[in-house]
Amino acid sequence: MAVIAAIFLPLLAAFIAGFFGRRIGDLGSQLVTCGAMVVALVLSVILFIDVAVNGHATVVPLANWVASGDFHVDWALRVDTLTAVMLIVVNGVSTMVHIYSVGYMSHDPDKPRFMSYLSLFTFMMLMLVTSDNLVQMFFGWEGVGVASYLLINFWFEKKSANDASMKAFLVNRVGDFGFALGIFSIFIIFGSVEFGTIFPAAAGKAHATFNFLGWHVSALDCACLLLFVGAMGKSAQLGLHTWLPDAMEGPTPVSALIHAATMVTAGVFMLARMSPVFEYAPAALAVVTVLGALTAFVAATIGMTQFDIKRVIAYSTMSQLGYMFFAIGVSAYQAAIFHLMTHAFFKALLFLGAGSVIHAMSGEQDMRKMGGIARLIPFTYAVMWIGNLALAGVGIPGVYGFAGFYSKDIVLEAAYGSGTAVGHFAYWLGIAAAFMTAFYSWRLLIMTFHGKPRASKEVMDHVHESPLVMTGPLTVLAIGALVAGIGGYEWFVGHAARAEFWRGAIQVLHAHDSIHAAHEGPEWVGLLPLLVGLAGIALAYVCYMVAPGIPATFTKIVKPLHVLVFNKYFFDQIYDVVFVKPAQVLGFGLWKAGDGAIIDGLGPDGVAKTTRGVAAGVSRLQSGYVYHYAFAMVIGVVALVGWFYFKP
Amino acid sequence: MENMMDIGLGHYLSVAAILFILGVFGIFLNRRNVIIILMSIELILLAVNINLVAFSVFLHDLVGQVFALFILTVAAAEAAIGLAILVIYFRNRGSIAVEDINLMKG
Repeated sequence: MAVIAAIFLPLLAAFIAGFFGRRIGDLGSQLVTCGAMVVALVLSVILFIDVAVNGHATVVPLANWVASGDFHVDWALRVDTLTAVMLIVVNGVSTMVHIYSVGYMSHDPDKPRFMSYLSLFTFMMLMLVTSDNLVQMFFGWEGVGVASYLLINFWFEKKSANDASMKAFLVNRVGDFGFALGIFSIFIIFGSVEFGTIFPAAAGKAHATFNFLGWHVSALDCACLLLFVGAMGKSAQLGLHTWLPDAMEGPTPVSALIHAATMVTAGVFMLARMSPVFEYAPAALAVVTVLGALTAFVAATIGMTQFDIKRVIAYSTMSQLGYMFFAIGVSAYQAAIFHLMTHAFFKALLFLGAGSVIHAMSGEQDMRKMGGIARLIPFTYAVMWIGNLALAGVGIPGVYGFAGFYSKDIVLEAAYGSGTAVGHFAYWLGIAAAFMTAFYSWRLLIMTFHGKPRASKEVMDHVHESPLVMTGPLTVLAIGALVAGIGGYEWFVGHAARAEFWRGAIQVLHAHDSIHAAHEGPEWVGLLPLLVGLAGIALAYVCYMVAPGIPATFTKIVKPLHVLVFNKYFFDQIYDVVFVKPAQVLGFGLWKAGDGAIIDGLGPDGVAKTTRGVAAGVSRLQSGYVYHYAFAMVIGVVALVGWFYFKP
Repeated sequence: MENMMDIGLGHYLSVAAILFILGVFGIFLNRRNVIIILMSIELILLAVNINLVAFSVFLHDLVGQVFALFILTVAAAEAAIGLAILVIYFRNRGSIAVEDINLMKG
């Protein structure tokens, strides 16, 4: 019962706020949605204790959905440790974002709509993480896609928001296509899409092959790669990442909820959920590792050059998602989920903190127009410090560390510990990304809060700390960023406790157990991320605090490189030329020639034209004179009578 | 002589046919006045009446003459309505010339 309530309360709240928002008013819809989320959060904590701590994993069947021949799909809620963790993450972050939005959106006229969308999104994400089969997961998957479209486009009168939402939807479509093909392949291989049937059968199918144009390809590798394409779209991995930075057009709470903490982690969750299958697909895992590592590195380089505060954090999200993916690639699923959990806290904190800054700066997002506001908004300043310390993974080994310290370390150690070539590749790119992460985090901090104010006087006079309804959620998330790492370490990836905690929700082959190897690895492997992180912080301090001329000089020296990185490796431009333009030309051609000339010309338009011509001719017979009609009538009578009279 | 002058059914029918034709041509060839059209219609009805009465006598069946009376009644009513319409039409449009009445022109 608690399971059903925890998942369907947000849907109910979305329904009430969406359809009766005008009747119950702004305050009413905020109360309904926030209240439902708080209850759902409490229930998911209870569930977490019941499932993960006491070990009562369950599957709650709801209804039959599809039964067609051999194909059976049920609506069911699968709650094991993995799901319980995701429930805490999703409901936790979402509750904080709901409450924060009450303050952040206080000047917006469409509050019920916004709250309704947020709750709808939460419900869809919960459907995704509790699904018991791939098709139900696909339902949640598409549902969060729709909700994210609605939320990015929340300010629909802005053209940039329209474009960004469209882009997010279309790029995700590519990924979803891969995911759908992956589901088909899984069905072909296993004859089922239910997790309960697939997972035990995976080992037996390890050597199954698909015959593709005379090539024998490993069936599981093929299916897993297709599933990974789906994950790439949702989780903004290199190649299908272009939508994520643009999605920052939405209101900031949306960025925090969707594009940092929950939706983009759907891909990571899906791969972790499919771990029993991925374990038998080594080639797919290698691809995941390489792409994850490249994503972590490339996104970090872009993050160093951006000036929009939300974009910097968006690229940092992409980079951290890369970490999660290469952790999965080296079979450290638990580490990936651990990083997902800690990242959700500190990234939501950073985004909401950035929202607080933007709120204080009257909507300004460009860091070049900020600076010198640390003393004016001390609380926001403090939580941004905590968030960045957690992101950069700062801590004292053996004593205490911020959230990212534990999760990032275990991810990198596992990559090194896997002992494979791709694992080492991922480790070194990850180290480089860790250095850059620390650098751009402090670049953001210093540019935003320190130095001389670069904003206009009106803006500076208006700078104010956010109200309690916004600082409250920030406090909760800050506590999460402070304790999530040290508190979760033993459970998620600890030496002994982890088997007891996961209880088979994630399955790793003994030979692949990179987390075990990580604990046995050399000392320096775990220390290096911390050292490069501190070095990155120091470099940022020197570049932006001590000698602010250095960045400009440096970019001048490596101008071509800077141009390349600053323009995000020209991904958007390349896609524009390769995909968007040809599609546009093709579409325009089909519209003008195919639809306009042929179908319309011969069809509706042609028929209408002929009819009009005939009617114009016939209408000339209608002279309007009574005697003409009478004459026609008489002629008719004569003709009829004549025909009757003379008919043979 | 008396035989030759005996007026039979054929004569009545001939008169009726002439009246009918006159009525029809009155409708077609008249270009000036709608009242003339109404009169022509009356003429056609009368021609039909003559036919009915003639056949009634010829066939020794009174029903024909009863019908003639009905037609006379209906024709009177029709003429009244037609003239009323004409009056209203003249008030609205200021003319009842046939040439001007072509609102139905396509």
